[in-house]
Amino acid sequence: MNLWQFLSAHRAEVAQLTLEHLFLVAVSTGIAVLIGVPLGIALTRRPALSRPILGFANIMQTVPSLALFGFLIPLNIYLFHVRIIGGIGARTAIAALALYSLLPIIRNTFTGINGVDPAIREAGRGLGMTDRQLLLQVEVPLALGVIVAGIRVATVIAVGTATIAAAIDAGGLGRYIFRGLRMNDNTLILAGAVPAALLALAADFLLGAVEHSFGRGARRLNRRHAYVVLSAVVAAAAVIAVFTFHSGAARRIAVGSKDFTEQVILGEIVAQTIEARTGLPVERRFDLGGNLAHDALVAGEIDTYVEYTGTALTAILKLPPLSDAHEVFRRVKSEYAARFHVAWLEPFGFNNTFAILVRGDDAKKLGLKTISDVAKYAPKWRAGFGQDFVSRPDGYEGFVRAYGLKFAAVREMDLSLTYRALADGQVDVIAGNSTDGLIARLGLVQLEDDRRYFPPYDAVPVIREDTLRRAPEVGTALNALAGAISVDEMRRMNFAVDGDKRAPRDVAEEFLRRKKTAAGG
Amino acid sequence: MMNGSSIAIAFEGAGLRLPDGRALLTELDLSIARGETLVLLGRSGSGKTTTLKLINRLLDPTEGRVLVEDKATTEWDPIRLRRRIGYVIQEVGLFPHFTIEENVAVVPRLEGWDPDRIQKRVRELLDLVGLDPARFAGRYPRELSGGQRQRVGVARALAADPPIMLLDEPFGALDPITRREIQEEFRSLQRRLGKTMVFVTHDVGEAFLLASRIALLKDGRVVLLGRPADFLASRDPEVVAFVSCLRGAAEVAAAP
Repeated sequence: MNLWQFLSAHRAEVAQLTLEHLFLVAVSTGIAVLIGVPLGIALTRRPALSRPILGFANIMQTVPSLALFGFLIPLNIYLFHVRIIGGIGARTAIAALALYSLLPIIRNTFTGINGVDPAIREAGRGLGMTDRQLLLQVEVPLALGVIVAGIRVATVIAVGTATIAAAIDAGGLGRYIFRGLRMNDNTLILAGAVPAALLALAADFLLGAVEHSFGRGARRLNRRHAYVVLSAVVAAAAVIAVFTFHSGAARRIAVGSKDFTEQVILGEIVAQTIEARTGLPVERRFDLGGNLAHDALVAGEIDTYVEYTGTALTAILKLPPLSDAHEVFRRVKSEYAARFHVAWLEPFGFNNTFAILVRGDDAKKLGLKTISDVAKYAPKWRAGFGQDFVSRPDGYEGFVRAYGLKFAAVREMDLSLTYRALADGQVDVIAGNSTDGLIARLGLVQLEDDRRYFPPYDAVPVIREDTLRRAPEVGTALNALAGAISVDEMRRMNFAVDGDKRAPRDVAEEFLRRKKTAAGG
Repeated sequence: MMNGSSIAIAFEGAGLRLPDGRALLTELDLSIARGETLVLLGRSGSGKTTTLKLINRLLDPTEGRVLVEDKATTEWDPIRLRRRIGYVIQEVGLFPHFTIEENVAVVPRLEGWDPDRIQKRVRELLDLVGLDPARFAGRYPRELSGGQRQRVGVARALAADPPIMLLDEPFGALDPITRREIQEEFRSLQRRLGKTMVFVTHDVGEAFLLASRIALLKDGRVVLLGRPADFLASRDPEVVAFVSCLRGAAEVAAAP
């Protein structure tokens, strides 16, 4: 499907995401203006503060967005009983975008006002204008062109940066971009990137026109006009704020997921199971980037998501890897209870670890069942490994040592290409992900890790302890999924989404229906 | 509005020293009578503008005091003080985003006059400085010549009819012919209005044309204070240097 076909087939969704995008940009830029312009003005009155404040705004711009999100999510800042900062969703995305927008706005306000001809300022003072009159009647109107230029830069940056908001479930065109990256689908990436670029150009053009009209013949700011515009902006911001920040009833169960296909499918399975078995309303907060799902869980923004035992052990708890699955589960369970007040429920039954794969006919012909069986063929075999596997501590180096393997050649390539290379006979053995949909599709066989080299990555739902106290039926419902998903079933579902382009929601629903029939029959 | 004293402005041992210890003005004793035009003459950096800014409290003296209408400037509310004193500077300082009418109307508007009165006053003043209100009221400063802008500057300073006018090299940036014309007009204006004026210039010809008295400043001190006639008689080298400029010009003009 080309980009044009995709966009016209998904008009409504594209429009919706564009509106969400515009909303994020407009509200965050509006807040940045309401804070940045007065701050910039204040700095012209207290120049000693300009270094620390501009320095702070400068540093804010260099903080990577995922790090900034990670910092903002656990915060709980309230203004008039409305939470204004913290959590996942639009609120935090807006806070982050506003922080990014501050620098150009403060700096341009400051330099714009300082750039007013000193003779004009002196004339104003000599005529007996108070500082306030000088500011509002002379300095701000004359600096308006420069101030609007700063707002223009901030807006264009915000249009680009707002794509990252999809990482914390704040919507916008970034959803297509993230989904496209995940599914290696260039059309989807462009479906997000092209409208975002057009938005940026449109914003640049419109604000450029405004800037030009102020820059050329700066008109006197009619006080009444200024008040009308200002109160309209404040009122709009307040209405929007109440709408975004005050939504979400207390009794909902929020289900999260990380930002890859398997996680979204598992999120749907968890969400639909809770809906079907408890009748509680469920809120889906999927596609959370990096370790933000964990941050959101600890912050109480979501109630549950599916985590992998090995990831929890090494990436979150920062403990050394262990190879015994029961031991890992026991460790993460007790550490999570102590550190985060989060409980681990029953494992789903599959392990998403590195999978050593060979072609199906090779396995049959040579009778390969375990990795140890490969040892005698290895000196004649070529191996293909992804960059991640080659560089990780629990990857290539320890792997060949553990099994005493020596390959004829080792090719390092992109993970997604190794499957195709194996199927085409260009390499003879690869290290894939055990739940990858392509394993079944290409007729590959996973060899058993008979020396237990790879750490276990069992998929298990984690849930806040207070959610379990509040709604114990949720725990019971999810434990019904204990051992219910085999590696093979997970592969098929992943392929149904990545390969057949089906919706995760439908794939999950179909799976649950099949399970129920199987259980019933 | 006016009280009994015939002294409008008085400097009593006034001085201004920068935080780094450098003196811009030292021990200035000077009284300016009502209706008088005092010209502050001197080279660049001699302390003329500093003296002027002490009067409308753009600067406060670090020594002695400055009295305006018998009250020390430091006791005046600076805003009230400045609205009673018209102020014209060389760069004019017209607000580029205001029309000519709005520029002239600044102080009356700050003083809260009603719009009809403001409009009437603006027209009256533009007439007074020789600009046709019908042609100029709606224009912006960038559409005017340097001489026209300077006239607007004078009209703006006169708008609320202040008893005192401070003029800081108001005609300095004009070409010599326009300057001569506007000086002549200003002289007749001066006679009609009878205001107390303090006029800063480094042009000795302008000083002789407009002054009732001249104060010659050098390095922040008064070298000579007197009527133009006193100047011609003085033997002080700084006075001689200035007067010779006047003579030089006259001699060149008289040469065959």
